[in-house]
Amino acid sequence: MRVIRLAARSSPCFRESPVTIHTHAFANGLTLLAEPMPWLESAALTLLLPAGCSRDPDDRSGLASLACELAQRGSGKRDSRQFIEDLERLGCDASASVAAAHTSFGGAMPAENLGETLDIFADLTRRPHLSDDQFDDARQSCIQEVLALEDELSTRALHRLRSRHYPSPWGKSSLGTVPSLEATALDEVQRFVASQYQPTNAIMSVAGKFDWAWLLDKVGRHWGDWQPVPLAVQATGEPLGGYEHIPHESSQTHIWMAYDSVPYSHPDYYEARAAVGVMSDGMSSRLFTEVRENRGLCYSVSAFCHSLRDRGSIFGYAGTTTERAQETWDVMLAEFQKLSAGVTDAELSRLKAALKSALIMQQESSASRTGSMASDWYHLGRVQTIEELSQIVNGLSVDRINRYLAAHPVRKLSVVTLGAQPLQIATA
Amino acid sequence: MEFRRAELPNGLEVIAECTPGAYSAAFAFFVQTGARDETDEVSGVSHFLEHMVFKGTNRRSAADVNRELDEIGSNSNAYTSEEQTVYHATVLPEYQRRVVDLLSDMMRPALREDDFNTEKKVILEEIAKYDDQPPYGAHDKCMSAFFSPHPLGRSILGTSASIEALAPEQMRRYFEARYSPSNIVLAAAGNVDFDKLVADAAEWCGGWPRHDAPRSTPRAASRAGFHLLRKDSAKQQYTLELGAFPASADKDRFAARLLATIVGDDTGSRLFWDLVDSGEAEYCGMSNYEYQGTGVFSTYLCCPPEAARELWTRMDAVLADVQANGVTDDELQRAKAKLCAQIVLSAERPANRLFSVGNNWIQRRVYRTVRETVDLYRAVTLADLRRLLETYPLTDRTTVTIGPLSKW
Repeated sequence: MRVIRLAARSSPCFRESPVTIHTHAFANGLTLLAEPMPWLESAALTLLLPAGCSRDPDDRSGLASLACELAQRGSGKRDSRQFIEDLERLGCDASASVAAAHTSFGGAMPAENLGETLDIFADLTRRPHLSDDQFDDARQSCIQEVLALEDELSTRALHRLRSRHYPSPWGKSSLGTVPSLEATALDEVQRFVASQYQPTNAIMSVAGKFDWAWLLDKVGRHWGDWQPVPLAVQATGEPLGGYEHIPHESSQTHIWMAYDSVPYSHPDYYEARAAVGVMSDGMSSRLFTEVRENRGLCYSVSAFCHSLRDRGSIFGYAGTTTERAQETWDVMLAEFQKLSAGVTDAELSRLKAALKSALIMQQESSASRTGSMASDWYHLGRVQTIEELSQIVNGLSVDRINRYLAAHPVRKLSVVTLGAQPLQIATA
Repeated sequence: MEFRRAELPNGLEVIAECTPGAYSAAFAFFVQTGARDETDEVSGVSHFLEHMVFKGTNRRSAADVNRELDEIGSNSNAYTSEEQTVYHATVLPEYQRRVVDLLSDMMRPALREDDFNTEKKVILEEIAKYDDQPPYGAHDKCMSAFFSPHPLGRSILGTSASIEALAPEQMRRYFEARYSPSNIVLAAAGNVDFDKLVADAAEWCGGWPRHDAPRSTPRAASRAGFHLLRKDSAKQQYTLELGAFPASADKDRFAARLLATIVGDDTGSRLFWDLVDSGEAEYCGMSNYEYQGTGVFSTYLCCPPEAARELWTRMDAVLADVQANGVTDDELQRAKAKLCAQIVLSAERPANRLFSVGNNWIQRRVYRTVRETVDLYRAVTLADLRRLLETYPLTDRTTVTIGPLSKW
């Protein structure tokens, strides 16, 4: 067991005790992370299993999502209905999602109900029924998600961009397709769960009001004897890149772009994050100012950093009416290109204020903290405390950001547009 | 935790739930104006004005406003509803004075013509965005079909035509008529220095001229009806319905929220088990909205077009069954547990608490602690739900369906 103790925060707060992050590595590969936040009345947990959609076979896309759906339809002594009703009785706001690397189960609840929620999550992950009588309904629910995406134009374009920009299997859509879901059989789901719902590289993070010794004992009893299965090595392909237009008779054209940056674990990550912050965080950011405020070209424009474990990207988005789409793209791209010339002291100062606020306010919510902890562990193999992150933010300098920007100009763009007309876009 | 209230001589109320030691402090100006206070000629002006409030004052340019909001690391935004326009910002406590200065100044916008013309394009883009997005404006159409000619039938965004035609002078007149200090509440939550807040509000808002800003509140005479709208590019069929429900000041509103949860929450509700769990509908749910003098429940069904008619009939049967036979005590207890946990968890953030405190005050002139609110939900009985159903039958609804179907 490793316990990190740090000095108390200097800002005014309820807390006087030192911030403590507990970690425990179980022999089977599961890591438990816990940060007590005794000033809250809530607790939240996140459980990441190595069951991401990157492990979907090419002709069975959507398999991880179907497994996630079916697992929630009965486990342990509960049937599908009892599973949901018991979580409701506990006031647990539960969630489940599938991304490239993980299937994630989570929940936030009144602190006194953490124990019973863990009991249910243990059944969910270790004893899902995966029964025939729920299979058709589960598959149909997954198909509904695919159909609904057809009408969510911006999200649809983003899914396509990710699949072009990231190498296979990291850009896959977790939803799958209607034919692949229809082709999937129950025993394929059962085999997927048997091999991927397991403790190797699994991460559980808990934040909020709880006692560490009690939590460690509880998690140990539920998951300590879970048998690990070796994870298959994943081959990574080549990204497609380039420009694709998806024709659609809509009022607006949705423009998504991406280019390479550094991953979360890279020493320059926060420089990249700061540069994107200058582009997109807040109302004085460059994209908001130049695209929306000064020209009125669109309602929505933004950029963000996205990271896989071994690579990172910067994504940009704008949605605008067809006749203004080309100008919007030209202005947006010009702003990204101008960024290579560097950011200013004033921009960095504003960004630091925003990041500092966000970090401090993260302590108001157990749910937001638990997500960050699990993500840190996956990318870094450790959890950064709020204090550590504050020091990183304080240490950001214009010089370092500008050095990063000079070394990482906008190049090799991947672009997807969805709308009535394609645009003139050079991606080289 | 302490509730404080003060009133400036010009009628501006200042209220706060003060929680010493909280990490953040959240502030908002709640202006009691929205789409229901508009006329046909200025449809959408409340929302357009909300945008213009960020475009500068006599002391600040638009860029100054945006820059200063970022300099203090605020998490800020605004929204416009049928009844309110709210400008809010959450900051670390050390920035209280600066954010109150800024928000107060913004409440007296310059409304410059150049800014107006640029922002008009942004509003038109926002209208285009919602035109492309499910349910393709069907909410506005359903509100209009249910309420018109009552002012709650008005669109918040307005139409492209009404926004195109709007002139700066019309917006200025609307602002003068509606943004009286007696029609505005400055609300705060979290680590707030209340005495300082009142002193600062007096300094920056004390000179705002007071005048009456009456709201017309005619009785709503809702109508049943069915409207089929065609959207060829949509893949799914979207069906919305509205029916009468308790108003914001109605004591039955707690029962109403619980009933909507039992019948139509995202998971674990009657509609979920009947239509969504089977994978037949992508979504089917029910929620409730409260307004001054009236309220509505709303149902929403999203499914493949070929299944729409049958699933709508089944949704109707679920509602008819609840109307005829009520709900069980077990369902009521689960809904209470779910809702009360949500209220308690959400209240951990001052940014969330601000809206509960502010809305309660602006709608009802009432302050309630989290515990008092939870107790009111816990006190609801099956008999209350029965009485609610008798007063507001779930079987009377206005329906709008939009999607690829050309006939129903």
